[in-house]
Amino acid sequence: MNGITNEGLILACSAVGAGLAMIAGIGPGVGQGYAAGQGAAAVGRNPGAKGDIMSTMLLGQAVAETTGLYGLVVALLLMYANPLLTRFLKL
Amino acid sequence: MVDVAANALGMLAGVGEARVVLTEEKTVDFFIHELIPYQFFGQTVYITTTHVCELIIIVGIVIFALVARHKILHAQEIPRGFQNVIELLIETLDKYVRGTMGKHGTKSYRNYIGTIMLFILLCNISGLVGLRAPTADYGTTLCLAIITVAMVQYNNIKWNKFGAVTSLFQPLWFLFPINLIGEVANVVSLSLRLFGNVMAGTVMISLYYTLMPVLATIGIPAAFHAYLDVFSGAIQAYVFTMLTMVFITNKIEG
Repeated sequence: MNGITNEGLILACSAVGAGLAMIAGIGPGVGQGYAAGQGAAAVGRNPGAKGDIMSTMLLGQAVAETTGLYGLVVALLLMYANPLLTRFLKL
Repeated sequence: MVDVAANALGMLAGVGEARVVLTEEKTVDFFIHELIPYQFFGQTVYITTTHVCELIIIVGIVIFALVARHKILHAQEIPRGFQNVIELLIETLDKYVRGTMGKHGTKSYRNYIGTIMLFILLCNISGLVGLRAPTADYGTTLCLAIITVAMVQYNNIKWNKFGAVTSLFQPLWFLFPINLIGEVANVVSLSLRLFGNVMAGTVMISLYYTLMPVLATIGIPAAFHAYLDVFSGAIQAYVFTMLTMVFITNKIEG
């Protein structure tokens, strides 16, 4: 650990943490894809209800997206607004 | 602790000398810029690009509203031109609100939903004309979410009277903390959903503009703008208003 400053360590770990936080993107990806697939199947069965199916699907997808966006916000915080730096190093 | 929270929020809002330096001459700049400092209860706060952009949008909406009002007051039997556009807009909005809220979708809700939808939509697509989208500032989206949740709780108390309190203890009394968190979490999830989407779009587009050679920034970004600004922005405006209506209808129907 010689030659590594406190600041450097925190910055490096924050960058890794930001990358790990974006793993949260898997969940919404699977969820939204599933919703879209089910929506396509529903339209196939009942093409007349396309408008309703579309709006329900979009609403569900937007709600499913939220958890992924939490991950994004954590990543953005770690990259650009790191609270650890100000807290421990008084930068 | 307060310091940390304030710093994190301030940086989320982009206030501060934050720059991402990639190389000597290339810096990614998607942060909010402070324009005019002023004193507020001893704190130095700033008029930022968010305020300027919001002001432009509000002035635009007000001018549109005044023209529309003038046109409707002098409405003709056979509509044409601008009157057609307004009637189409109002009818679409009516159908949207009635379709979601059923018989509870009264005129006042339509007005509120229309206002907030127009505002969010214009905020989201303001990136097209080179402004920084105000909804990519957590302050804006948090305020919008607080307004919505305050209205939801107002309706809850208005329609359910004392049931608003007892419903927190359903189905079992010890679930009260979880129910309470569930009500408060609406603020966070509504605001972060809008903020995260628009912020992601802003970051992506500014990254593209900075990293690509100058020739690649002609014409090609139109596709990015079409998806990230227009499509995503419209979807988010739709989702925000839709969730507002769903929450309110849920409370009204108890």
